[in-house]
Amino acid sequence: MSVKRDSLAVGVAVGAAGAAFGAVSVSDHFSILQTCILSLVLFSGASQFALVGIIGSGGSALGAIATGAFLGTRNGLYGIRMAALLQNRGWRKLVAAQITIDESTGMAIAQSDAATARTAFWYTGFGVYFFWNLFTLLGALGAKALGNAAAWGLDVASPAIFVAVLWPRLLKRSTKLAAVFAAVWALSLTSFLPVGTPILTTVIIAVIAGWK
Amino acid sequence: MSSTWIVVIATSAAAFGLKYLGHLIPARYLETPRFERITNYIPIVLLSGLIAMQTFTDKTKLVIDHRAAGIAVAFVGVIAKLPFPLVIIGAMATSAIVYR
Repeated sequence: MSVKRDSLAVGVAVGAAGAAFGAVSVSDHFSILQTCILSLVLFSGASQFALVGIIGSGGSALGAIATGAFLGTRNGLYGIRMAALLQNRGWRKLVAAQITIDESTGMAIAQSDAATARTAFWYTGFGVYFFWNLFTLLGALGAKALGNAAAWGLDVASPAIFVAVLWPRLLKRSTKLAAVFAAVWALSLTSFLPVGTPILTTVIIAVIAGWK
Repeated sequence: MSSTWIVVIATSAAAFGLKYLGHLIPARYLETPRFERITNYIPIVLLSGLIAMQTFTDKTKLVIDHRAAGIAVAFVGVIAKLPFPLVIIGAMATSAIVYR
């Protein structure tokens, strides 16, 4: 069935980026065990990259936790929609929650009927989970062997992935404005606030922009 | 326990809590237009802020170095609608070349 094949293809493609995470995390001085636990338990790409980036650049623990958590709010909103679709109870709800991410939700809502949507959710979710964790381990082991991260371009892997993830979301003029304003805002506070704090204050821009 | 472990565990717990919460709360409590607009903006401002910080800062100093060249190539890649892996590899290769 093609929805299963498509879902697994998404799993492989997205999961491969786990190699970049594994490498970046290790070059930001996280151990291989910590790196793998982030992919197994946190399992949310943007939160993971943000967290290791902030700690790696000398940011505060609180700044890293709060930014990682804020970036995870999106998954909570996906959960509301997916719970209505999946109608799970008990432990199945726990498993579904863990694999509620951009890709599983995106593949589910792209289907025309509920049964196919449920198949897309589970196959994409488990597919991404399996390959993301496999590639995280490979990337982490690889980075240990590579040495200097900057010499291999690893220090731009995370912001480049953010560029690729953010760009398709900037369709409207209001979201473009918010993105540019947030970047300028964060940079202009860099010299005045502790490392990792300026990024957190951009949430104020989201509240103001969305309030209307 | 080191502070890195605390960050790993606390953020993992918070992220799972948010995912599970979404599966527990009935949709009608949260699906107000204002709440949806704000939560749509949150990843946009955070990701944009992170791109700027991870490209142009070193601790609390603003810098322009090899990373800016890499991210410029990433933007060219997304504007040209290149496939995701090419965008990332192009950015990394450019940054690595300028660094050396």
